[in-house]
Amino acid sequence: MHAVKQSRLTGRMQLNRTLGTMERREERIAYLFLLPWLIGLVVFIIGPVIASLLISLTDWNLLTPPNWVGLKNYEKMFADRDFYNSLRVTFRFVIMSLPIYTVVSLTLALLLNQRIRGMYFFRTVLFMPSVIAGTAVAVLWSILLNPDVGVVNQVLGAFGVANPPRWLASRDWAIPAVILMGLWGVGGGVIIYLAGLQNIPPHLYEAATIDGANSSQKLRFVTLPMLTPSIFFQLITGLVGAFQVFDVAYVLAGRGGTRASALQFYLLNVYEEGFQNGRFGYASALSWALVVIATVVILITFRTSERWVYYESEEDKA
Amino acid sequence: MRGSLSPKQSHISTARRLRDDIIPRARKLLRLLVLYTILIALCGFVLLPVSWMLTAALKPDNVPFYSIPPHWFPTEHFEWRNFETALLDPVRPFLRFTLNTLIIFGGNVVGTIFSCTLVAYAFARLRFRGSGFLFNVLIVTMLIPWQSQMIPQFLLFLELGWYGTYLPLIVPSFAGNAFFIFLIRQYMRTFPRDLDEAAKIDGCSYFGIFRFIILPLCRPVLAVVVVFMFLSSWGDLLGPLIYLNNTDQFTIAIGLANFATRYSPNTNLLMAANLVMMIPPILVFFFAQEQLIGGIASVGLKG
Repeated sequence: MHAVKQSRLTGRMQLNRTLGTMERREERIAYLFLLPWLIGLVVFIIGPVIASLLISLTDWNLLTPPNWVGLKNYEKMFADRDFYNSLRVTFRFVIMSLPIYTVVSLTLALLLNQRIRGMYFFRTVLFMPSVIAGTAVAVLWSILLNPDVGVVNQVLGAFGVANPPRWLASRDWAIPAVILMGLWGVGGGVIIYLAGLQNIPPHLYEAATIDGANSSQKLRFVTLPMLTPSIFFQLITGLVGAFQVFDVAYVLAGRGGTRASALQFYLLNVYEEGFQNGRFGYASALSWALVVIATVVILITFRTSERWVYYESEEDKA
Repeated sequence: MRGSLSPKQSHISTARRLRDDIIPRARKLLRLLVLYTILIALCGFVLLPVSWMLTAALKPDNVPFYSIPPHWFPTEHFEWRNFETALLDPVRPFLRFTLNTLIIFGGNVVGTIFSCTLVAYAFARLRFRGSGFLFNVLIVTMLIPWQSQMIPQFLLFLELGWYGTYLPLIVPSFAGNAFFIFLIRQYMRTFPRDLDEAAKIDGCSYFGIFRFIILPLCRPVLAVVVVFMFLSSWGDLLGPLIYLNNTDQFTIAIGLANFATRYSPNTNLLMAANLVMMIPPILVFFFAQEQLIGGIASVGLKG
């Protein structure tokens, strides 16, 4: 009896051990599968992030051996007019574009969510420009927005606008011009809102109807709260995108003059300092400043989200 | 209900019909009219610039580029040679630029599919210590702005002697892309576990399971990945701008950006070149609309 029990026990132990080796095998193989990403993580992300911090403390310019300069690059930054200007341009763009894009793409999504004939056609057309590259959009609209003979101002003139804006030729209207270009490709955001709209459970509308809500009350108390996660997602991606505007700025500010300073977006300034002027140390410091600023802004947005973003699953748990 | 009204009541039914039938119908019709007007106006906002651009691209050199009032539709001039010039001009050969862009895109497809499916498989279907932690790391890398890595990466590739080649634009894709790994992993998690177990009992290796069972099932999500990759490779300006220094290697985005900024161009040719850049993504959009919209929507809902 005892012996039998013993052997059963060792049998189970052996089973455990074989399971253990199998698990260990699975683990080894898992890391093998992860290897390309793990290497990339070290070589292309963690390494460069650390290196960029170190480089920002040097005067690296590729021509002479780099010297350690401590925080000089950061001190220089606070006295640099281009730095302040690029920050101002970027923030102006963020503050003006995000509310406009949010309202427009929400409205468009509500419009495209109507069940009427030919909606597939309208959706296709309105989503189309969102796949066109920023460079091509900028080239097209820089021509359309020509202040004297451009199509946009001719159309505005036909509608009786006596002094249409000078768009890219004007300090104040250059950023609105960029926002207008963005509106042309606003379809990508609309898709996300549309998906959010179609995910709202119909029983909520039924309940609202029973409670006697009219359509604007349904919008205010059902649709909008249920869309807040999508709005929040769009806000975050919009913020991240706004700090990385490059293509449009490069194409439009490329020729110098008024445009160059009115559209000196942050990343364009980093590119010019680093890759055109060869000041890699200083450009690294600028990139770090951007990372810090963007992180702070995004964290603040996350903080406020607790107050206005509604997650259904949380409600279920409570 | 209204049909059941008796003839006696017909004298009051006119007013009632007006209230119950005609007014709601008229309101519905008005609503449709407003909706269609807005939608058609929006389509005009999207399509008229493209049509104007085509018209302008088809104008011969001796016709004024701008006209008052604007020519919205190509009805007068059909200088198709402008496209030929834009594609083959020795100074700015856009055909060459297109091929170069496609080479980079091809390299990225191979690299991304290779690395992202392997990594996604491990995250989705294998058990290992540290998987939760590493997955969090993956999410965090999606949020780190690329600018913080741009300069050291450039200096690294410069040291390696890769400046002026396509390698810096292709090789990183072999190390995976966090966003695509995430997308594929979410998809792989939807398959039942029994699939792996059954194959394991039949003596299939992990790699065999990955290669012959999981990977073939992933075709739909890989189609989404390839479409997204095409759009980003095709439009990428900053990457090629940093790493390429020879006109023969330029991508279509640099070609167009240079055309628009450095020379004082023949604007009709610029518009032709711009159409060359716009048409492939539009074609991809029409053929892969479902993948694209499904992909964007799923990303948005998970966010």
